[in-house]
Amino acid sequence: MSAFLALLGRDLRLAVRQGGALGTALGFYMLVVTLLPLGLGADLNLLSRIAPGVLWIALLLAALLSLGRVFASDYEDGSLDILATGTLPMELVVTAKALAHWISTGIPLALMAPVLGLLLNLEIGAYPVLVATMLVGTPAVSFIGAVGAALTLRAYRGGLLIALLVLPLYVPTLIFGMASIAALLGPGGVSSPLLILTAISLASVILGPLAAAAALRVQMQ
Amino acid sequence: MQLVAENLTLERGGRSVIDGLSFRIEAGQALVLTGPNGSGKSTLLRALAGYLRPAAGRVLVADAGVGCEPAELCHFVGHLDGIKTHLTAAENLVFWAAYLGGPEGSDAPARVGAALKRFALDALADIPAGYLSAGQKRRLALARLAVAVRPLWLLDEPTVSLDTASVGLLVAAINAHLAGGGLAVIATHVPLALERALSIRLGRAEVSA
Repeated sequence: MSAFLALLGRDLRLAVRQGGALGTALGFYMLVVTLLPLGLGADLNLLSRIAPGVLWIALLLAALLSLGRVFASDYEDGSLDILATGTLPMELVVTAKALAHWISTGIPLALMAPVLGLLLNLEIGAYPVLVATMLVGTPAVSFIGAVGAALTLRAYRGGLLIALLVLPLYVPTLIFGMASIAALLGPGGVSSPLLILTAISLASVILGPLAAAAALRVQMQ
Repeated sequence: MQLVAENLTLERGGRSVIDGLSFRIEAGQALVLTGPNGSGKSTLLRALAGYLRPAAGRVLVADAGVGCEPAELCHFVGHLDGIKTHLTAAENLVFWAAYLGGPEGSDAPARVGAALKRFALDALADIPAGYLSAGQKRRLALARLAVAVRPLWLLDEPTVSLDTASVGLLVAAINAHLAGGGLAVIATHVPLALERALSIRLGRAEVSA
């Protein structure tokens, strides 16, 4: 457990020290969302109707930007070899690193969404629901993304390959993220899509590390 | 404790690099691997650490008759130093001390302080590791050997970019480790003044045209 916390703490500290990954992701998120009204014109009704979807899709793209570095920096400087000699199984190494990615990127992106919602004329009542679904859904983004990051560890231009591998796997997260916003804002306030979104997140937290650790073992040969 | 390799065959990119190698070293012994570039020294070390699956044969660390996986018993110092340039030298070691774990009851900061002193890094403890020279980085990587107790040391050309005094520190550390009943496998091109060292010269030269 102390090894797990040490690794989590180190990755969070590195995320703060380096700063680049989070800054790039937040900047990218902001720019994509800012460009959209410019492209679509100032039809406020249209914007507020598509706002949740736009915010979700832009969040997925922004999170992808920083996923490539989850294992690559440890692989390049040799840390990954040493991490493998620890008492922590590789699955938990992946869990710690993906968790650090969620805390350092997923949560800030989700918290930034309401600010960007202002640009898209998102109705005020939708803000808490939007942030809640994003906080529930972003663990899936980090943990599924970790599989892609592990698979493309040694690939040239791995960043582009990650997008091709991982974006299709984000489809269920996106569908149920959007469905839970619609359901919670709808007349009944139904929460079943939110429960499915939670299930997707929890399943990816368990299954993602298994797949990513298997991929890392192959890559380290 | 002993390290045993039985009939080990290792492949790289479909080509057999090491063919049917067997050896056995006992507690307190070091094994020095020599041989030309491409003769499989690093490959053998990676197999001993458990990263590389042997094509045939097996690696065994036996302790009082009980066999176990070598990965959790070894320190691996490869060509890459495993150093985070944004952390200070001391922070790097504190992390490895906490991650690799140590004997029960010993506190990590004390172990880190001792390790820094042992490799003459105490003056550099608070400097971001990115500013260290190549030799200092290597010493920092080697200081990892002293922050956690592991019976088997796997060192891949540990003397690269070290000055003479630092090589002396390294040899002293290895000899102390062996005297305490540890094992070491060291790939090197430089003769090291080790006590109780066996040596294997890996034969196959680079593929000739």
